[in-house]
Formats: sequence, C-alpha cells, structure tokens
Amino acid sequence: MTTPPRRRLVPAYLATHGRTTAAGAGTLDRLSVLHAAADLPAGLGGEHRQLWELVRPGALTLAEAAAHLRLPVSATVFIAADLAERGALSVRAPIPSAQPVNRDLAERLLSGLRALK
Amino acid sequence: MDFAPSSSNAALLGDGPAGAPAYLPPTDPVLMKLMVTGPFGVGKTTLVRTLSEIPTLHTEETMTAASVPVDDISRTPGKTATTVAVDFGRLTLADGDFVLYLFGTPGQRRFLPLWEDLARGALGALVLVDTRRLADAFDAMDLIEEAGLPYAVAVNRFPDTPPIALDAVRAALDLDPATPLLELDARAREGCVDALIALAEHVLDRLPQESTP
Ligand SMILES: Nc1nc2c(ncn2[C@@H]2O[C@H](COP(=O)(O)OP(=O)(O)OP(=O)(O)O)[C@@H](O)[C@H]2O)c(=O)[nH]1
Ligand SMILES: [Mg+2]
Repeated sequence: MTTPPRRRLVPAYLATHGRTTAAGAGTLDRLSVLHAAADLPAGLGGEHRQLWELVRPGALTLAEAAAHLRLPVSATVFIAADLAERGALSVRAPIPSAQPVNRDLAERLLSGLRALK
Repeated sequence: MDFAPSSSNAALLGDGPAGAPAYLPPTDPVLMKLMVTGPFGVGKTTLVRTLSEIPTLHTEETMTAASVPVDDISRTPGKTATTVAVDFGRLTLADGDFVLYLFGTPGQRRFLPLWEDLARGALGALVLVDTRRLADAFDAMDLIEEAGLPYAVAVNRFPDTPPIALDAVRAALDLDPATPLLELDARAREGCVDALIALAEHVLDRLPQESTP
C-alpha cells in the first residue's frame, strides 16, 4: 500500500493562533473553524474575498466554506492559509481545547444524542 | 418530514445550490466527525440528509493522478485528476456544546486515499449494508479497520429486501460480538438516531478509562 498524498499545512502562523498541545492542532482540516478576523488586506480579491466575505457574519468549517463557494477542499485550504497568514482569518481547531477525544467528551456526545429522542 | 424519492441528480450531487450559510452557534462548540459509509446506492446520502439540520452540502474532492487507478485515468486521456462528491450534514447537540458532522463517503477500496484523508480525526463510522448484497460491504469495513475507527453496522431495509435475521447478517459479515448491529430505514429519523447512539456507546466503550490528571 502506498502512502496517500497529504495536504496538511503546519505553518508557524497557524501555530500562533492555535492551542498547540494535541497532534493536529494548528493544521487546516475540513473541520477547522474559520471566521473573518480583520479587514481584507488590499490586493486580495477573487476567491480570497469570497471566502473572507462568507465567514464575516459568522463561523463555518472549512468543509462548509468549500461547499458554499463550490471550491475543492484542497483549494480552500490554500486560500484559508493565505488569509490566515495575513491576519484576515481566525482559525481554530475542531475541539477548542485541542485535546484528543476522551471519555468525558464521548459521554457528553452520547447524552446529547440521547436527548434527541 | 417528507421525503421525495428522487431519480434526479439531487440524489447524486447533494441538494443543489447551497442556500444561505448556516453559521455555527457562537458557543464555541466542540466539533466531531462521524463517517457514514458503505457500498454504492445503499442509502448514505439519504441517511445524512435525514439526520442533518442543514440542507446537505457537498464538496468536490480531488483524487490526484497518483491515487487514481490507472484504468480510470486511461479512460480520460489528458486528465490528471478525478473528482468525487462527498456529501455531509451537521447536527447540533446539547444546546450548542457539540456539533456533529456526518460525512457520507464512498466505501469502495479505490477511494482509500480519499477515505484516509476524510477519516482523519473521525470518532467512528456507521456502515450501511444491503442484505441483498452483503459482500459489497467488505470494502467499506476494510477501509474502516485500516483507519482504526470503531464502527457500527446498520442494515438499510429496502421494500424488496427478503427478511433476514440480524444474527445471520452478523455471521455473514463476520462481525465482532461487540460491534453494534441494527436495522433502520435511512429515511426515518428515529432509527438513524438510534444508530448514532449505538455507535457513540461503542466509541465510548473503546476509549481507555482516564487516569486522573
Ligand atoms: N425504500 C428505501 N429506499 C431507500 C432507503 N434509503 C435510500 N433509499 C433510496 O435508495 C437510493 C439510493 O440512496 P442514496 O442515499 O442516494 O444512496 P448512496 O449510498 O448515497 O448512493 P451513492 O452515493 O450513489 O453510492 C435512493 O433512490 C433512495 O431514495 C430506504 O431506507 N428505504
Ligand atoms: Mg450518495
């Protein structure tokens, strides 16, 4: 079996936003939470502007942003990374504390699901 | 909720134009991901749509030339990558403490690279099976086991499905006694929620007891 292609970015600028303990924190993933953080820097238009405007009113995951913009996930990763590098986008990990899934989280998930019934 | 059986592209491509974005609640929720997988046409998209609180979304995922089987490329000369649609939905739980994402993902072996990429960080997987073609589920179960995810199996019952006991399904799929196995209708919310609960219980069972920090 071959190693699958990886498209993970672990740039320093994301590490400064993120909480850095767990493996995977500070990387852009489908469930990274994106929210516009500042004015759009001059010189960024097109898809950068579209993404920035999309997440100005509220936060979305990268996967949702890609779907709304009709962009491939891989392209959205690069655009989000560009915006984050310029301080125009805040990025957080799917689990705010960046801890791995533990029993406490799984128990809370289970009771949340049971409450749907 | 009504269900429009559709022979249109909607079933294949998701729900069309995505509409206004449904922003995440401002509660800083924990986001978790579950995979919904299984053979072609088994009801993955339907189940995601039944459970999702937002209209189902889909992304175009690129499989690069390196990861696409040679014969797929040779049929489309000049093409170096192929795309596959992955549909997903979401479910807010516990007053906004959690948002659960459900990713409907093809379960064929040739999607292994995409599968591994999608499954990274997932809590677990729900495998849908059709009892008329149980063996078609083996690929999906292999993908999940290679990704190391806990999983539950749900039989999606179709009108012309002959009755078959769950014990027989368990034996035919060679399931571990601890693997949850249940039956549902992917169009009906209650059974789909039960399947998520069974999966979440199984995920919990497999997590190590914590030592006090
Ligand atoms: N009777 C019945 N029909 C179903 C059920 N679930 C899905 N269907 C129908 O079966 C067909 C396939 O369902 P999908 O949800 O598109 O299946 P899928 O697994 O996403 O299919 P692919 O993405 O093409 O592999 C659709 O026409 C659905 O309407 C079910 O529980 N009962
Ligand atoms: Mg589908």
